[in-house]
Amino acid sequence: MAMTSSDIALRVAGVTKAFGPLLANDAISFDVKRGEVVALLGENGAGKTTLMNIVFGHYVADAGHVEAHGEMLRPGDPQAALAAGIGMVHQHFALADNLTVLENLMLGTERLWLPWSDRRDARERLRQLSARAGLVIDPQARVGRLTVGERQRVEILKALYRDARVLILDEPTAVLTPQEAESLFATLRKLVGLGLSIIFISHKLGEVLDIADRIVVLRQGRVVLERMTEGATRDDLATAMVGRQLVPPQLGAGTAKGVALRLHALDAGSADGRQRLHGIDLTIGHGEIVGIAGVAGNGQSLLADILCGVAVPAHGGIELDGESMECLTPRGALAAGIGRVPEDRHASGVVGDMDLSENAILERIGDRRFSTWGWRNPRAARTHAAALIAEFDIRGATPRTQARLLSGGNMQKLILGRVLTEHPKVIIANQPTRGLDVGAVLYVQERLAAARRDGAGILLISEDLDELLALSDRIGVMYRGRLSACRPRDALDIRTLGLMMAGAGFGETSHAS
Amino acid sequence: MRLEPRDHAPAWLSACVPIGAVLVTVALSAGLIALAGAPIFRAFRLMFDGAVGSGFAINETLTRATPLIFTGLAAAIAFRARLWNIGAEGQLYMGAVAATVLGTGAIDWPPTLLMPLLLIAGALAGAAMLAGPALLKTKLGVDEVVTTLLLNFIVVLFVGLLLEGPLKDPMGLGWPQAAPIVPEGELVKLATGKRLHAGFLVALAMALAAWVIDARSTLGFRIRAVGLNATASRFAGIGVDRTLLWTALLSGGIAGMAGVSEVAGLKGNLTLDLSPGFGYGGIVVAMLARLHPLGVIATAIFVAGVFVGADAMSRGVGVPSYIADVIVAASLLTMLVALLLLRYRLRWR
Repeated sequence: MAMTSSDIALRVAGVTKAFGPLLANDAISFDVKRGEVVALLGENGAGKTTLMNIVFGHYVADAGHVEAHGEMLRPGDPQAALAAGIGMVHQHFALADNLTVLENLMLGTERLWLPWSDRRDARERLRQLSARAGLVIDPQARVGRLTVGERQRVEILKALYRDARVLILDEPTAVLTPQEAESLFATLRKLVGLGLSIIFISHKLGEVLDIADRIVVLRQGRVVLERMTEGATRDDLATAMVGRQLVPPQLGAGTAKGVALRLHALDAGSADGRQRLHGIDLTIGHGEIVGIAGVAGNGQSLLADILCGVAVPAHGGIELDGESMECLTPRGALAAGIGRVPEDRHASGVVGDMDLSENAILERIGDRRFSTWGWRNPRAARTHAAALIAEFDIRGATPRTQARLLSGGNMQKLILGRVLTEHPKVIIANQPTRGLDVGAVLYVQERLAAARRDGAGILLISEDLDELLALSDRIGVMYRGRLSACRPRDALDIRTLGLMMAGAGFGETSHAS
Repeated sequence: MRLEPRDHAPAWLSACVPIGAVLVTVALSAGLIALAGAPIFRAFRLMFDGAVGSGFAINETLTRATPLIFTGLAAAIAFRARLWNIGAEGQLYMGAVAATVLGTGAIDWPPTLLMPLLLIAGALAGAAMLAGPALLKTKLGVDEVVTTLLLNFIVVLFVGLLLEGPLKDPMGLGWPQAAPIVPEGELVKLATGKRLHAGFLVALAMALAAWVIDARSTLGFRIRAVGLNATASRFAGIGVDRTLLWTALLSGGIAGMAGVSEVAGLKGNLTLDLSPGFGYGGIVVAMLARLHPLGVIATAIFVAGVFVGADAMSRGVGVPSYIADVIVAASLLTMLVALLLLRYRLRWR
């Protein structure tokens, strides 16, 4: 079959981009045909983001170029990318919360010098688009009130509204329930049927196999594998992505003994009023991992914040090793033997502009080991950091390296090391593997499993259901501030968890989506 | 033209950038000097000689630098914790008021006791001035930029009130000035016949102390951590509010000492023209020093030298001495651009 250039919606030709000594993109070439879904698969730091920034004109390539529909894109010009019909849906949505869906769509497309705006036309176009793409949404709804899945629909509609013919989706399922992801995939298939081309950026193997026609795997800035999806297996892709074979951690039989942490009828509301907790009852034994599933924003973060000491419950009791804790502060939690792995490691885990030796002792600066009478002992801190680097396999770093220069995986290893070397009785791990590359994910999971063997009680909050099913002894689901009973993992599967995450079994069937 | 982030700034670039910034500043001000109709090289020569060309000139420059070291430190310490203390001017005046209240005859102590007492009293007064805004910030979330800035005007009016009332010197022939500091309370001159006084040594000691606190104490560690990432600090169990309050006490205290140093070391009595904006000048000094306590010494002397030298230039070739303000402002701007270039690379396509 001869391919004419008009079949090609987007062509990336020999794109090379270096940041100092780091070659972020090394002669990357691939095509996206009309009506095709191409998955761009790769770990963090593989060069996906840099490549998309070049396609979108935020960066200029050192060599190579990008063609859209057979025409060269002017490098370094986002307007040119938009005009050529390239639309992007970012992982973090770029929507104005206080405007309606329609207003968000019209933003940036109206002529500035007209004193009025033509809403009727815009609404009519939106109606047609929704119908064609099968994306149902109320144009008058305020974006701030929409669910995450609905916001994503608005983002896609926004791209379509601007006549996107190539749609780039950056980790689109990270914030969705399995059911929402399924409906997203249905939408994408419909769009492809209408002749759109889609670039689907992800590091989740399952969904890539599910949705893509063709798969391009990036590693260290290079295309290491390009193949049709048909016949591809998870193992092939994982090996290409990481460059070596991976063995998932084995949990072994249950070892729960006694009660490490008990929550009793915990009620709370977050400071911004977005999250609430209602009557949370939870028990974690020594040597047990209890997993919490749930769509982001259903109270898991607030629960973690309370146990980490940065949020205050309204009612209810917290017992640690049988001792009642009235109200936890961060320092109180540390003193009581609670190890904390925060959800957002950049924002709350490390001080990016401090070095590793300082970050390693951040939680223990008042400790005898690292200071006396208010004077620091930097040498002890450096020794401690060097030990963490060696024991937790933090790569490419010395105690004097600034934390912000660490990759996500190495930063998480630092935080995990800081927690685990204190042998905590309880570990609160909130999204401990989010955004990490496959190798680091396995490392973190193995370390948590090892801590469980050593008798720690672990609360594992995760959006990755595979991870929860692999790593937890028992799993509970949070929905609108309530926690389901925690059931043994053998009694659960992804489908059941997905339904519960959407509200099934919480007695509020009218709200289930 | 576009900016791209750098991973690492090479060492030679970090060294060249401040020098380049100064050279660009000189080039920019040369244009203004030419515009004023003066010969550029002679003007700069006069300025250089006026600032550091003789023992007398150096003495004058260091005298001028003394209050700027204090206020520069005050700004540097506070800014490190992201506590935006714009109120060093007011804290300086309150320090001077404290020194005046205690040092004009109310206490009859020997010099070895009275001098330290005045410094400590001034520091406490300055610290108290910043404790208020810091508490408002931590308890109620009031923006400290607004409160510290506005307090400056309140303090200056308050000092005016004192100088017309309770603190007015009965022997002052009706001028709005306070009684002179008693000889026992004066900061001794470092050389006879010169104006440089022991306040300069105190300023150096404070810079050294601030540096040691920053580099080696747990408080300095907490201040830095809170300034660089307050969320992570709070999560790690560092008392953010407490740290900010301690920062405020240190910063305000050092600014208060500037007032004591000026009134008891140089001027002799409190007037409303005690400070020609040393509090604000300290912000420039701190920014030029990239908030490093020891760097503050160097940049304070640089800024003082520009002002003292500009006076000499003004006398010699008739360029208005306002050129000093322009040079200092321009050097701050070129420095900010230079720092940007350290973090980003310029691309021309």
